[in-house]
Amino acid sequence: MERIPILKLGDALLVTIQVDMHDRLAKALEEDLTNKIVAASARGVLIDISALEIVDSFIGRMLDNIAAVSRMLDADTVVVGMRPAVAITLVELGLSLSGVKTALNVERGMALIQSGLDRQETVDAAVDE
Amino acid sequence: MSKSDLHAVAELVETHEKDIVSEWLELQKKTGALQSGRIKEPELQAQSRNFLKALREALGKGGVNTTHAAYGPVRDMLSDLSSSRAVQGFSPAETATFVFSLKQPLFNALTRAKLDAATLAQISWAVTVLLDEFGLHTMERYQKSREEVILRQQREIAELSTPVVKLWDGILALPLIGTLDSQRTQVVMENLLQTIVDEEAEIAIIDITGVPTVDTLTAQYLLKAIAAARLMGADCIISGIRPQIAQTMVHLGVELNVVSKATLADALKLALHRINRTVVAIKATPAKPAAAGPGSTE
Repeated sequence: MERIPILKLGDALLVTIQVDMHDRLAKALEEDLTNKIVAASARGVLIDISALEIVDSFIGRMLDNIAAVSRMLDADTVVVGMRPAVAITLVELGLSLSGVKTALNVERGMALIQSGLDRQETVDAAVDE
Repeated sequence: MSKSDLHAVAELVETHEKDIVSEWLELQKKTGALQSGRIKEPELQAQSRNFLKALREALGKGGVNTTHAAYGPVRDMLSDLSSSRAVQGFSPAETATFVFSLKQPLFNALTRAKLDAATLAQISWAVTVLLDEFGLHTMERYQKSREEVILRQQREIAELSTPVVKLWDGILALPLIGTLDSQRTQVVMENLLQTIVDEEAEIAIIDITGVPTVDTLTAQYLLKAIAAARLMGADCIISGIRPQIAQTMVHLGVELNVVSKATLADALKLALHRINRTVVAIKATPAKPAAAGPGSTE
């Protein structure tokens, strides 16, 4: 069965979706990602969907689920590179992905995760003092 | 009503063609067909003559049945005529008069033919029915052409009124002007999202100074556009909500859960702050620039 690769980049995980998502693949990704976050003790998850042309409500909910799970495991989720047509579709479907952070491209998404981590560190430092 | 009766009409028209045309033209002129100056007399003459000729030929072949193929040329001619008149700006009455004013000359010609009363009544009725039908056809075409004009203009307005302006690196402005309906919002939304991708913009300012009214539906559309932009990774700021509109929105219970600023200038300031930029006044230049020699250090 095909799987979507999950790459580790520093404290973050990078998932690039290059193929059309079908439901089973989405389920598998959700599971793999959850395991990987724990295994790599990742603090951020970057999902690049710039190649994704078709979304349905299931994929939308999967993104929401991944975000919720990662938040529970103390990792930020950033969805990057969403196409205009995909964005319109999700809005029309009533999925605003309120729990997910978004960015225009991988670079900006990485910066977003990094800034979140920096902020977290200063808070941790303040607590330690 | 038999075919031969109308055949007789066709023959009658043929013999009196000149009289009918001149009488018809006189009538059209009397009703003011030429007054507006949108059409010249020779053109009207040619139109009238051609129409009568086509009608005569069709009468001979088609009889009372106006759906008969023989009436095709007549219908086509009327369609062209009413579409061109609709574009030229003729009123509906002026356009319909073209057909209806043919009645009197035709009846005059029939009367002159000295037919017996029963035939005359029958033929008159048939001709009336025919011309009424053509009159309706003219009106229908006129209406359709007008609607096409309106549709085209709507499309043009929709395209013209949705520019997306780049204010700064990474900052876009979307000045909305006019009422927002679902079709326009669609165009606006697509434009905005595509430009966000092209310009890699982080912030989009939606300025609604030119939007006359904001009801619940408009607010819904705006929120959709903002949600879509957010999904792509761009933040939206709304600016230019007029005082009355703000009041109406609160009364309607419309809530825009987004950052909003009073003016576009305020919104730009906030946007620049978000991308860590600021606008500062340049240092006052020395009163005598010439005094500062080259190579002088500070």
